[in-house]
Amino acid sequence: MHKLFFLACLVSLSACTTVQPWEKDLLAKPSMSLVPSEIDNALDEHIYFSKEASLGGQGVGGGGCGCN
Amino acid sequence: MSKQTNIRTKLTLASATLLQVGSAGAADAQDAWDVSSAILIYQENDGRVTAIEPVINGRKEIADGEMVNIKLVLDALTGASPTGAKIDTTTPQTFTTPSGNADTVTTVAGETPLDDTFHDTRVAVSGSWEMPVIDEYSRVIVGGNVSKEFDYMSLGISANFLRDYNNRNTTLSAALGLSSDTISPSGGIPIPFENMRAANSGFINRDGSDDSKTISDLIFGVTQVINRSTLMQFNLGLSSTSGYMNDPYKVISLVDGSGNLITPSLSDERPYEYESRPDSRSRTTFYWKTVHHLTEDVINLSYRYYTDDWGIDSHTIDFHYRYELGNGSYLQPHLRYYTQTAADFYTTSLVDTAARPEFASADYRLGEFVTNTYGLKYGMPTGENSEFTVRAEVISQVQSDDITADLDSFILQFGYDFRF
Repeated sequence: MHKLFFLACLVSLSACTTVQPWEKDLLAKPSMSLVPSEIDNALDEHIYFSKEASLGGQGVGGGGCGCN
Repeated sequence: MSKQTNIRTKLTLASATLLQVGSAGAADAQDAWDVSSAILIYQENDGRVTAIEPVINGRKEIADGEMVNIKLVLDALTGASPTGAKIDTTTPQTFTTPSGNADTVTTVAGETPLDDTFHDTRVAVSGSWEMPVIDEYSRVIVGGNVSKEFDYMSLGISANFLRDYNNRNTTLSAALGLSSDTISPSGGIPIPFENMRAANSGFINRDGSDDSKTISDLIFGVTQVINRSTLMQFNLGLSSTSGYMNDPYKVISLVDGSGNLITPSLSDERPYEYESRPDSRSRTTFYWKTVHHLTEDVINLSYRYYTDDWGIDSHTIDFHYRYELGNGSYLQPHLRYYTQTAADFYTTSLVDTAARPEFASADYRLGEFVTNTYGLKYGMPTGENSEFTVRAEVISQVQSDDITADLDSFILQFGYDFRF
């Protein structure tokens, strides 16, 4: 399962073509950013961190709390 | 010059001109703060936790490629949280409040024992500073955060190095985060596997007033432009925590061979013991995300695999679909699926006459469960640089065992983004 996942990642990376700067109109849209709403993301992460045993993955420095 | 090269040159010039226009616009933005604000209302079923959480985030470009970000979060909690004690369907249960010197809390037969002294206000401030380093392709983001509530304090610092390659189609990153947390629970630090005692019993079941833990996080990431409309991210995260990780407010029920709550031999003893968790924890995460632009709409899909040395494995799938309504307004459904296995030492009760294990906890968050989230967000522009949003989500957590109560919660959030 995990090997397949890695393979899928590698294939997807190798399949990409070089996109020129003038072709980045869509990628430059705010809705196309990896995290379109930092606030929604941080609030959600905080809720799930306090109700589930997993955390992390997206980035570092989220800040701890006594809720978990 | 071939026709193709000629077109290429013209396109390069055209995009360079566009970029210049862009940087002129950015110069205006340099004097302005981009502010995001929101208020979140969080409500759990059966009178459990209610939280109201206002957030404000300011971001400003202070020089070319240099950004500062400051965020303030308030978190006001009221309600009640499960103590870890199991439901007794026949008899009301009596607990001592965490301070150990206050009156007791009695739970109605057949209901989940809750600690209703659970109320708190948290204040968190964080900041980061992004700056170019080495050359135009590299940058560093350094950050710090402080979070304080009446019994808990967290201090953290982080540094993230990012470098672009391949015509800025590939970004590699390495991030380090360090955090130091101190807990000063009401009534002091309970001694693991000591009995909860009646209020003011005089028996010592606490050891010291506070304890601490340190957390180190390391994340390596690759962000790749796949094509004109697809972006992909892949992160490997390694995290190590050492120190005090018990929940001082959680207990475990003591039962007899038939699974019934025992009657303690001493009059001031209660049939509950404080939990015991390991003092180290190593976590590994694999995180994959893709953002894809359709004709108008945008799909944001991620998957996380999490594993740790407490025996918890989890899978998270998160999906957002931004459906453009026209004129900048949008509707955004959100689906999230989460499943985790239980920690090796998770138990719903301890047999009183049996030898104690090294570690045990009845915290439902360390059990096996599935969480489903269904949400919808609506956004509408209110001006050139401002937007109003509202979102509602339902979170449903279903435990695998029949003993632990399930959890339903509801979120309502209003947001307003503006520039000033």
